Amino acid sequence: MTRHFNWYIISAIVASLVLLPLLTLTWLSASANSELWGHLANTVLADYVVSSLSLMLGVALLTSLLGIGSALLVTQYHFKGVNFFHWALLLPLAMPAYITAYSYTGLLDVAGPIQSLLRTHFELSYGQYWFPEIRSLGGAIFVLSFVLYPYVYLMARASFMEQSQHLREVAQLLGYSRRKAFFRITLPIARPAIIAGISLALMETLADFGAVSYFGVNSFTTGIFRTWYGLDSVEGAAQLAMILLSFVVVLLALEKSSRKRAAYHGKKTAKPGQAEHLSGKKQALAIALVCTPLLLGFIIPCAQLSYWAIKNIEQLASAEFWQLVANTLLLASITACVALFLALLVAYSHRLNQSKFTSISKGIIGLGYAIPGLVIAVGVLIPLAYFDNTLDGWLRSNFNYSSGLLISGTIAALVIAYLVRFLAVALKSVDSGLGSIHPNMDQAARSLGLSPFGVLRQVHLPIMKGSILTGLLIVFVDVMKELPATLVLRPFNFNTLAVRAYELASDERLADAALPSIAIVLVGLLPVILLSRVTRISNISRISPVARISSGSPKTSAA
Amino acid sequence: MKITLVLITAILLSACQQQADEQVNLYSARNEALMKPLLDAFSQETGIKVNLISSKADALLTRIESEGINSPADVLLTTDAGRLHRAKLAGIFTEINSATLDRVIPSQYRDPQNQWFGLSVRARPIMLTQAATQIEISRYEDLANPLLAKQICIRSSGNIYNQSLVAATIEANGEASTETWAKGLVANLARSPQGGDRDQIRAAAAGQCSIVVANTYYLANMLSDKSNADDLQAGSKMTVVWPNQEGRGTHVNVSGAGVLKTAPNKNNAIKLIEFLASDTAQKLYAEVNFEYPVKNGIELHPILKSWGTFKADPLPLSKLGENNASAVKLMDRAGWK
Repeated sequence: MTRHFNWYIISAIVASLVLLPLLTLTWLSASANSELWGHLANTVLADYVVSSLSLMLGVALLTSLLGIGSALLVTQYHFKGVNFFHWALLLPLAMPAYITAYSYTGLLDVAGPIQSLLRTHFELSYGQYWFPEIRSLGGAIFVLSFVLYPYVYLMARASFMEQSQHLREVAQLLGYSRRKAFFRITLPIARPAIIAGISLALMETLADFGAVSYFGVNSFTTGIFRTWYGLDSVEGAAQLAMILLSFVVVLLALEKSSRKRAAYHGKKTAKPGQAEHLSGKKQALAIALVCTPLLLGFIIPCAQLSYWAIKNIEQLASAEFWQLVANTLLLASITACVALFLALLVAYSHRLNQSKFTSISKGIIGLGYAIPGLVIAVGVLIPLAYFDNTLDGWLRSNFNYSSGLLISGTIAALVIAYLVRFLAVALKSVDSGLGSIHPNMDQAARSLGLSPFGVLRQVHLPIMKGSILTGLLIVFVDVMKELPATLVLRPFNFNTLAVRAYELASDERLADAALPSIAIVLVGLLPVILLSRVTRISNISRISPVARISSGSPKTSAA
Repeated sequence: MKITLVLITAILLSACQQQADEQVNLYSARNEALMKPLLDAFSQETGIKVNLISSKADALLTRIESEGINSPADVLLTTDAGRLHRAKLAGIFTEINSATLDRVIPSQYRDPQNQWFGLSVRARPIMLTQAATQIEISRYEDLANPLLAKQICIRSSGNIYNQSLVAATIEANGEASTETWAKGLVANLARSPQGGDRDQIRAAAAGQCSIVVANTYYLANMLSDKSNADDLQAGSKMTVVWPNQEGRGTHVNVSGAGVLKTAPNKNNAIKLIEFLASDTAQKLYAEVNFEYPVKNGIELHPILKSWGTFKADPLPLSKLGENNASAVKLMDRAGWK
């Protein structure tokens, strides 16, 4: 009994970390004045809701198309370079959305090289030709989808690969064609995984501020900041953030219900499905198709950035630049380790107890991912400073000693904010790893005399190394790209690559911002490539098709 | 465990860093690249080390408020007067009695109670390309003329410079008339507001519109950046028109700073602001970012000189802060995105 109680405490503590900023938001929004609310409701609220919903719908459709389509091609068919595309399709994951937005604007804007060339070459002036407007809702959907589709791709690919040859054989016995088998069997089984991927993409979409505001799209996030900055109302902004949160709750509920019926644990000995060899025109078509997301999501924006960066290459020589790299790496690695450790504890306490309480804790942690970084920053800033000041006051009055601000304004405050936002991602990957291990194994290990911790350490950890590594890497990349919370909470004289890139870009010095941006992408590439190595060889079907980010076998992940 | 140790070390390290001898802690809404040359010059002259956090003004304000009496911040520096006024209302600034600042900074560019001081002037005139021939444009009010349909590029109403412009117009013409004007302006937009000030200039140069409202330093930066031929060319297509020279004058704003009540290094904080108002720093403001000096008698940059002198709106800038929320609501009603 006492042992169970300890596990409860652990998941309660971790969940309260995320709950704290949420409660701060609730408290703030409760004190908002209703007159302001009336103004928002009468003028801009409808626009915010419609824009955000259209954005989500667009991103959901486009990321599904790109993610499922490319996963289908690389898993079901064999063509030239398929091994390369397996991991290369993940590359856009390293691109922060706002940076892709900047580079596409530089390229496609009315003053950009393409439209200028059109005008000079055909001697046209503006208005005499049609050209899509990049800074628009459609542009935002385009940019966000090409950056976020890898989430869907990762999930779909893992699920497609894990479906065994047996299923395919059954399909053949039923007389299904390859296409019919895909739509009748493969896709429905992968559905929960795909939906988990889409929901990650949508949560990122909801939280995005950089790209959306640059494109002048009046999404909810834009509205939150406008209310805060323009109308000087943190409270009104918090109210809008609460509405945003209700979107997320609905999204997560949908995701959960889609998964309910699909939780089963796959057989471990099944053989992976066989890929069909393509040749000739079909092969060319397949290559062209998988090239599209890679080209638009990674190569083109990177080329634009490199073009700018080369002009400013002398920045590389400065010690300050390398300090930025070091700071960024430090934050990303600390956060990734702590996040995975905590996620493991929470996921494990749920596995041991299977109680409503631990499940609610997990639900709360899941919310963090969709809250805009700046909103989290405020939600963390206020309670931390309150804690620091209360402690300081108590020490002063009782011991005549001042502790000053203990946590506020330190790296610890930053890490806490990152945890609030990214624990959800860590938990998702740990969950998928744990979910793949049949409960029978726990029972066997326990009956052999291992404690719950012993089971975790000696049985589970070795098996789910791959999932843990995946979680570490995604959190790592996410922290590297994170901007708004860093901007608000960082200590004195402490910059990261994202902060530097943003400061220069927001001052409309895109070319100067290119080198730090490229650095984010390059450093972010390492984990993405590692991630793909871990996940690619996971075609041993040990794992259930329950939603997951990826999976790995002990053999491959040790490599 | 290791992680906890790393964290504790990090906390201790950052705590130690704050105990150097002569220093001043600056929370700045102006970004680091723009402040660095000024701060380096200050450190060199006085030997005082400047610790810097740059972020959004409102975020810094919230941070100072929640840090309370233990806040390490000495100076809050913002890029507009509205935020300085907001900080004053929040009660975080202290009154500064400095004969130097009283002498060099004109009264409309500082707080009546000396709680904040403007340090550089930013003008927001109208800029035209040669295609803008429909009517003569000499006032902001002309921008609402129906003859200018599809001619104007201006950025979003979420931007503080536009909010300040509308706040100043409310002060000059009253709220009802300003709202009619804003609606007229929105009706004349060539495209839905997007991008920054430079983007408006680029769009005009590309022929999407012919009339732009933008801060002058963006144009000057484009004109001076030899490495970017496209921007240079776009910028050179623009003519600066100083609006309302017969009336209230061209809308200006300031970047400025105030010293915090809770400042642990108050003397150094005052020294920093006095330095930023010195001749050396005032020249640097123009060299680094082509802003106008707040102080009279400073030699202007040749690019600024080429646009001639202008009459600035003498409105006390605290009004911009007072009217800011009304301005935003007005723009919401006018459909200015």
